[in-house]
Amino acid sequence: MKVFVFIKRVPDTESKIRIDHEHNRIIEEGLNFVMSPYDEYAVEEALRIREAKGGMVTVFSVGPDEAQIILKKALAMGADEAILIKDETAETYDGLRTARIIAETIRKKYPDYDLLLFGKQAVGTDNAQVPTMVAEMLGLPQVNVVTKLELDGNRGTALREIEGASEKVSFPLPAVISAQKGLNEPRYETLKGIMTAKRKPIPVIALGDLGMTEEQLKPQLEMVRLDSPPPREAGKIIQADPADAARQLVEFLHDQAKVL
Amino acid sequence: MVLVYMEVRDGKIKKSSLEALSEGKRRAAQLQTEAAAVLVGHGLSGLGPHLAAYGADKIYILENSLLSRYSPSGFAHGLATLARQASPTIIFFAATSQGRDLAPRLAARLGVSLASDCTATAVRDGRLEVVRPVFAGKALATLRIATTPQVVTLRPNVFPLLEGEAGEAKISVEEVVVPEDQTRDRVEEEVREEGAELDVTEAEIIVSGGRGLKGPENFDLLRDLARILPHSALGASRSAVDSGWIDHQHQVGQTGKTVSPTLYMAFGLSGAIQHLAGMSSSKFIVAVNKDPDAPIFKVADFGVVGDLFEVIPRMKEELKKVLAE
Repeated sequence: MKVFVFIKRVPDTESKIRIDHEHNRIIEEGLNFVMSPYDEYAVEEALRIREAKGGMVTVFSVGPDEAQIILKKALAMGADEAILIKDETAETYDGLRTARIIAETIRKKYPDYDLLLFGKQAVGTDNAQVPTMVAEMLGLPQVNVVTKLELDGNRGTALREIEGASEKVSFPLPAVISAQKGLNEPRYETLKGIMTAKRKPIPVIALGDLGMTEEQLKPQLEMVRLDSPPPREAGKIIQADPADAARQLVEFLHDQAKVL
Repeated sequence: MVLVYMEVRDGKIKKSSLEALSEGKRRAAQLQTEAAAVLVGHGLSGLGPHLAAYGADKIYILENSLLSRYSPSGFAHGLATLARQASPTIIFFAATSQGRDLAPRLAARLGVSLASDCTATAVRDGRLEVVRPVFAGKALATLRIATTPQVVTLRPNVFPLLEGEAGEAKISVEEVVVPEDQTRDRVEEEVREEGAELDVTEAEIIVSGGRGLKGPENFDLLRDLARILPHSALGASRSAVDSGWIDHQHQVGQTGKTVSPTLYMAFGLSGAIQHLAGMSSSKFIVAVNKDPDAPIFKVADFGVVGDLFEVIPRMKEELKKVLAE
């Protein structure tokens, strides 16, 4: 079984986001970058599939040189190889562009695979577009937001989380799956894994190698502004005996929030 | 034309789709064009007529028995066929599980970009300008989409419903041809948990708990409260979920769900940055926490410094009184 996993370098979720208003970008200085949390579930799932069925796990990231750090992490977790698709463009928030880059990489350089795994969304852009768009571009079935995956021969069955329920989907391979929290518990890197990862070279694919047109690489979402959300005004904080506090709270729900 | 996708679940059109249709009608009026609703599936013709009340000038019903259950490829096939015929300049979806699964498939098929989970739309110089929260709401991006049709998904619970619009809609029911390879990702069955609750993304009130609940059994206190409150759902912090106290589908925050309910109630929940990001756009926030320095109080409209185990039972009594009136 050949499994490809696609991961993204993002600011960790405890980050405070500051904005460079002149360039409509976030200020990256001082941020701690990590592998997007949902991508960890995708890497873990790929490793479990290899452990159960044999085969190979290849991890890809579209991003700047600094994305090598998260590729090293995936190698340290146990991936067989890691490839950087080098893209120095600042965050475009355009899922179509990223999906085209990934689809072209697969078509032109890595056409042999059984399963493409992604996180359900990258934290930050919060698009949840790229897995589906890659599936469409390659003509593959998709199952997103997956909490359970079983593979049997050349078919798979997945549970996909929806509002208050799950959808069960059975599909032929190759396919695109995006991982939701709950799919598995990602492992930590071992010391041995970290040492092995250090020695493994990370091949780099340049965007120029993919034969894409300028039009295909141009972001189609134009950032007009990037703002901080309006601050919430400080509310009323009380310290009272429980009965009085409860009465005032319910009064607030009734008179102010008007939800009762 | 502004085309709006109507999601059907349990034989009914979702409220979030009606919100999207209402927003579609407002933008269509500004652009002096018509708003059209589209339904995809099987046996749906009965659902068409009342959509005129939410602003639909035209209603397309795309039928095929192969589409009796959801399939992203199959539904995108039907929508793409319609989009090529009707040439809408804007396509809206509600940013539900299905909308966020289907819209990228359609956008990629049409070769256009997509703005996900938007919380505001406007028209400038004949094109859309949309606002979407990024970093789970730590920043707001205002975007224009250069490609046409402009495909957008709209966050549930944000856009007001148009109601009682007069006027009549022209309904067209069409049988669509669906190639076999377009149903490979069709849903086999929907699996519902026993006593499944409303999802946090769709609830008007979220009753949420954190580490201060001290253990999984105490989520029952919040469940009781949620049972009394109308249209409410159970939420939780990451630490409560990671402690195994409650299922991850309840998790609110940057690694859970981003929510915008009318009321968010936080019990024993300190308010980590990643949690605040996911719920700060709630219209009202109330918090009960023992620690007066808990960050949650910085965003709360009404806060009680106190013991949730003492406050909640008394709240229940008060609520019952008020609701009985």
